[in-house]
Amino acid sequence: MPAILAAPPGVAPPRPARRFRRPSVLPGFGLSFGYTLACLGVVVLFPLAGLVAKASGLGLGGIWRVATDPRVASALRLSFGVSLLAAFVASVFGFLIAWVLTRYEFPGRKIVDAAVDLPFALPTAVAGIALASLYAPDGLVGAPLDRLGIQIAYTPLGVFVAMTFVGLPFAVRTVQPLIAEIDKEVEEASATLGATRRATLLKVVLPPLVPAVLTGFALAFARGVGEYGSVIFIAGNLPYVSEIAPLLIVIKLSEFDYGGAAAIATIMLGISFLTLLAINLIQAWSRRRFGYV
Amino acid sequence: MASSPRAGGTERASTAIRVEAVSKTFDTAAVLHDLSLDVRAGELLGLLGPSGSGKTTLLRIIAGLDAPDRGRILFGGDDATGLPVQERAVGFVFQHYALFKHMSVADNIAYGLNARRRADRPAKAEIKRRVGDLLDLIRLSGFGDRYPSQLSGGQRQRVALARALAVEPRVLLLDEPFGALDAQVRKDLRRWLREIHDRTGQTTIFVTHDQDEALELSDRVAVLDKGRLEQVGTPDEVQENPVSATVLKFLGDSVEVEAIAEGGHVSVRGRATPVAAPAGLIGPVKLYVRPWQLQLVEPEAAHLSGVVRSSYRSQGRQRIEVEEAGGHVLAVEDFDGVRYAAGHPVGLRINGGYVFA
Repeated sequence: MPAILAAPPGVAPPRPARRFRRPSVLPGFGLSFGYTLACLGVVVLFPLAGLVAKASGLGLGGIWRVATDPRVASALRLSFGVSLLAAFVASVFGFLIAWVLTRYEFPGRKIVDAAVDLPFALPTAVAGIALASLYAPDGLVGAPLDRLGIQIAYTPLGVFVAMTFVGLPFAVRTVQPLIAEIDKEVEEASATLGATRRATLLKVVLPPLVPAVLTGFALAFARGVGEYGSVIFIAGNLPYVSEIAPLLIVIKLSEFDYGGAAAIATIMLGISFLTLLAINLIQAWSRRRFGYV
Repeated sequence: MASSPRAGGTERASTAIRVEAVSKTFDTAAVLHDLSLDVRAGELLGLLGPSGSGKTTLLRIIAGLDAPDRGRILFGGDDATGLPVQERAVGFVFQHYALFKHMSVADNIAYGLNARRRADRPAKAEIKRRVGDLLDLIRLSGFGDRYPSQLSGGQRQRVALARALAVEPRVLLLDEPFGALDAQVRKDLRRWLREIHDRTGQTTIFVTHDQDEALELSDRVAVLDKGRLEQVGTPDEVQENPVSATVLKFLGDSVEVEAIAEGGHVSVRGRATPVAAPAGLIGPVKLYVRPWQLQLVEPEAAHLSGVVRSSYRSQGRQRIEVEEAGGHVLAVEDFDGVRYAAGHPVGLRINGGYVFA
């Protein structure tokens, strides 16, 4: 990291004239900037705008009516509530997995490391069928749990299991590089200053990882909210119980209720946007405070 | 620099740390061989050696960050070999600072005090006062609320030092403390460290591979090579009486000259030199001569002769490289004000030197 000497207070450096483009020796700014904007516009913003346009056909009142429809409201609650919970659990266990994978050497470490990516790579329908058959009341895991009176498949618990499954790699992969970067000397410094292992962990090792854990949480959450394929099989999709919002969109579409589908989608878009914004604000705050992410 | 009470020759100083026959092997490579060393209370001891000489390992073993395979570490007479780092009360300063990036400068310095058990922990106001004092000491008053990323390298290292001093350690251990800094900052920090040491009287061991740094700062210098302690002494002692060619070579430039030891004297090319040979040493020997022990003279009074290859002046010294007939190059430091052109034939007289049995 370059040593940056902050300017002493009161002596503001001369402010350069505000310019859109800083002079640079790298050529091609105009072309690549235009290309970036075009891509972003066509691939990302245009469809989203179309979605909002479609939904706005219903008017604010119409969207509100869709949102407050008991079935829709319960599906949204399920999708966002369980995603939050699943992202939280995925973050905790993802952190532990990342910790063990980076801090310790053991036989088979590489294989475990590769296995973490499976939920990324697996087609979601495959994951969904695997989870559903595993947790069904006659499944390998479902059967013994069923005897204990715990039912996972076809309940919100099943939704939770599937969302945790797909969110886990995000939680692992975002913190892993930072754990690998932990400076051994910082821990040693803490020890020479008399801090116990526990204090070193809590005060020195973990705090700098918080922003990365938050990022992982945000990604796992976003994935959980949007997840469809791996959830619907295990969820059972009982209205008011285990029906997720994306499925409701599919149902509305199959009923040719395009406006209703777009309305639910717009509501999801809004809530997701606000959640990600909140997490980004926390990160910006931590960056300002610590001078790094 | 403040007049420094250099410990040379004083016997009053008691032993603060004793390293007793310590050996350490990493994987298959032996790093320390049966090394013993006494560190006196209140002294500033420089551990000097080339890279790979084991000096950092020795420092880490004293701190408790590494464990010796054999041997003991004694703190003021008590065996500390098995004592965990946390209980050794050492202050360790790392080459790359190892500051806590997510804590302000003040929190970094207060860390060791806050980490204490409640019963031993000073009151909040007392911690604040001590942090303030230390910020004054490292001349960073008013920087307490900054974060390490907002400081320059030299400032960070000063914070690291204050953090180590805050816990009032038994001994301060510095591992290449100025290694990552540029030349000017290095120079300032050296002088400043010496001043702080003189003011606090803190027993301090620092590791360096820079001879100048060790010779300028230390009360005593311990020269390590290949995991063995070659020599310990004041900077003057090790420079005037190096015990081996290794120490001599490591402390500065020298040239090797084929010589004959005879009757207590050393002669070169049949001409006597003022260098005395150790008793009993007879026959061909290697004579090590510092550049400033060579003098440019007329060929008839010379021990050696050759032609000037290059010459330059720097800071009041003139450095001339002389090539002997066989292609052997000698560095000479002599200031006679004459500017020699390359190819000019010269004679060299040996005014001093070292031979080792």
